[in-house]
Amino acid sequence: MDEKKKEKVPRQKMPEQEPQMRAKNFDEVPLGYTEELALLEAGRCLHCKKPFCVDGCPVDIDIPGFIKHILEKDYIAAARKIKETNSLPAVCGRVCPQEEQCEIKCVLGKKGEPVAIGRLERFVADYERTAGIVAIPDLPKPTGKKVAVVGAGPAGLTIAGDLVRRGHDVTIFEGLHKSGGVLIYGIPEFRLPKGIVDAEVEYLIRMGVRIETNMIIGRSKTIDELFAEGYHAIFLGVGAGAPVFMNIPGENLSGIYSANEYLTRSNLMKAYLFPEFDTPVARGRNVAVIGGGNVAMDSARTALRMGAENVYIVYRRTEVEMPARIEEVHHAKEEGIQFKLLTAPVEYIGDDNGWVKGMKCIQMELGEPDDSGRRRPVPIKGSEYLIDIDMAVVAIGTMANPIVPATTPGLTTNRWGYIVADEETGKTSREGVWAGGDIVTGSATVILAMGAAKKSARSIHEYLMSK
Amino acid sequence: MNEILDKSYLSEQVISMVVSAPEIAARRKAGQFIVLMTAENGERIPLTIADENKERGAITIIFQIVGKTTACLAGMNVGERIYSILGPLGSPTEIENFGLTVCVGGGVGIGVVYPIAKALKEAGNRVISIIGARSKNILILEEEMREASDELLVATDDGSYGFHGFVSEVLQKLIDSGTRIDRVFAVGPVPMMRVICDVTRPHKIKTIVSLNPIMVDATGMCGACRVAVGGKTKFACVDGPEFDGHEVDFRLLATRLRMYEAEEKKAMEAHRCHCHG
Ligand SMILES: Cc1cc2nc3c(=O)[nH]c(=O)nc-3n(C[C@H](O)[C@H](O)[C@H](O)COP(=O)(O)OP(=O)(O)OC[C@H]3O[C@@H](n4cnc5c(N)ncnc54)[C@H](O)[C@@H]3O)c2cc1C
Ligand code: SF4
Ligand code: FES
Repeated sequence: MDEKKKEKVPRQKMPEQEPQMRAKNFDEVPLGYTEELALLEAGRCLHCKKPFCVDGCPVDIDIPGFIKHILEKDYIAAARKIKETNSLPAVCGRVCPQEEQCEIKCVLGKKGEPVAIGRLERFVADYERTAGIVAIPDLPKPTGKKVAVVGAGPAGLTIAGDLVRRGHDVTIFEGLHKSGGVLIYGIPEFRLPKGIVDAEVEYLIRMGVRIETNMIIGRSKTIDELFAEGYHAIFLGVGAGAPVFMNIPGENLSGIYSANEYLTRSNLMKAYLFPEFDTPVARGRNVAVIGGGNVAMDSARTALRMGAENVYIVYRRTEVEMPARIEEVHHAKEEGIQFKLLTAPVEYIGDDNGWVKGMKCIQMELGEPDDSGRRRPVPIKGSEYLIDIDMAVVAIGTMANPIVPATTPGLTTNRWGYIVADEETGKTSREGVWAGGDIVTGSATVILAMGAAKKSARSIHEYLMSK
Repeated sequence: MNEILDKSYLSEQVISMVVSAPEIAARRKAGQFIVLMTAENGERIPLTIADENKERGAITIIFQIVGKTTACLAGMNVGERIYSILGPLGSPTEIENFGLTVCVGGGVGIGVVYPIAKALKEAGNRVISIIGARSKNILILEEEMREASDELLVATDDGSYGFHGFVSEVLQKLIDSGTRIDRVFAVGPVPMMRVICDVTRPHKIKTIVSLNPIMVDATGMCGACRVAVGGKTKFACVDGPEFDGHEVDFRLLATRLRMYEAEEKKAMEAHRCHCHG
């Protein structure tokens, strides 16, 4: 095919569940490409000599390479190609912000629409998983070196995979009773089916990674004790799991959750299946979700699926500044989430039983840009008004959990409590201890956590082999 | 691991279980707790570690059947394994030689105050304990408490045993009789802890209470356990569970504990104990 003809094929849409229908179930919203659609979309790629898309990928996936395998209809080879640098393609194909990574760099995007790289990634990963041909790579001879990985989120799972593949003996210690980190407790089923995460964890176990759940490092055991048990290196991928509240009056009323609690109850503990699962969660009729990120969208869409009549996203800036992926904002709107922009809560009002019944809000306007470069929201005097709500979810961010730093002498943190680690190697101030993911950068993305883990894996490998 | 080694009924509704958990047994300190699940579809509930046996690598938990999870747990027998146990969690009790300490336990709270009394005694304190229950037949750990204390006082609401009345009245009498108390530890139902604090406040006797809000992860990740102490929000699972009782907002604690009353009832009704199959 010549290039001109290629550009005429439009970017292929991914089939989705209808908004009215999906707002009432927890099934995945996008349904994935069919083989036919994947071939059409893959055919759009120009196989650039200098593929800019790869520059945009935090883990350097050979994008034209895997797309070529799709065109050859060798989907398993395509999946292997991705897995050379990304061990979680089924996850990344779903939750990565491709629109600001690889796809924004794609040459086709200059004139028209970029190749739908994320959708293709998802297609091949799903193909491989459902075909049941997830082969275990040949492992090198054991090196006899023991590595402890703390936290089974994307960072921990990635580094565990990379290090067993290099012949090391890897044990993951996870605080919760289930592995996956945010992928399992935070991101809802309708965006990332938990079966996918379970399959990835299963794959690691088949490769020889040991996972000890219900082990909270800093409480069950300390870093020093792990060294004493004979671990040669330790990687900290503990995430940024501590919730932030606004500290406004009434915030402790019943019915007000942190996004972490709300999502943990519904995803990890499966409260949406109560009473089949034992953990309950409030089912609000009028729900306010405070914040404008992915976490806020996930909370709002969960509340809707739990039967809410009105769900409001309450955000103090405008839609332009919202940190959530455009796709997620779009999905939320389609489903009927109501956006109250330039609005901030100032107080919650409770009923006689201590349950929230209203939220006092104030209107904002945008002023001068702040440190982040975004225009600072300024309250408009006298603009307060009341919204009737019976549930609220505070999704304004998270911070570092101090358990590990507080129990690890010599581990340097910055003034927000995040662990200081070298950007290129992941090395911390403690000999033999590396860190990566949200606990270093603050809340970021799955792929950045994985990228950091890959760098640490290389550095740990060098360290272990030089000893 | 997690195998039930012993199980006994301390009263009709209160059970003591010895569970194999060597790593927890080796490091737990008084005041700490575990989170357990009876099954994969179960709930995560916090339970105080009442005792440990290092040789057997085991911990003791004491619980009252109050909801589905505790009912499921009660249905499990020696030899079975508990689905998951995480711990030890929470900050340990601040133990030093304070002088004369009084440990007050109400109902199943006696199981929580027991390890504290033991640790205080070992640290050289003179320990007076006051334990109480609604009625004699549901009073637990009397012998153990007597052994852990220099003096034991008992109260029952219905007068079937010991002093006829509340533990707070016994404490009030102790103070009125001129006993100079250096520190009080009180664990029990929310109203009991509140009243104990009301009794000690005018005398400026530092009073430590152990709070039992609803928890999920119990590692500082969710904020389900938030309580107000001295006007500030604290996470009981990591900042506590013990706090200065004179600073605690007990009303908030009580309302937040009622958050899932309806659901708890529903779960209990539907409970057929297919929870560890
Ligand atoms: C609701 C939600 C939606 C999101 N949506 C997206 C999205 O669409 N796209 C995207 O790219 N990113 C998204 N993110 C962000 C992304 O999930 C995180 O950036 C990523 O998970 C960070 O990975 P991590 O491995 O560093 O940490 P985490 O995923 O947080 O994993 C840390 C793990 O460590 C465990 N742990 C913590 N402390 C200890 C300890 N002391 N001992 C043992 N274990 C411990 C935790 O239980 C957890 O399992 C979202 C986040 C949330 C909360
Ligand atoms: S930049 Fe776009 S067209 Fe070029 S190789 Fe990458 S995906 Fe294909
Ligand atoms: S129980 Fe989740 S933070 Fe305390």
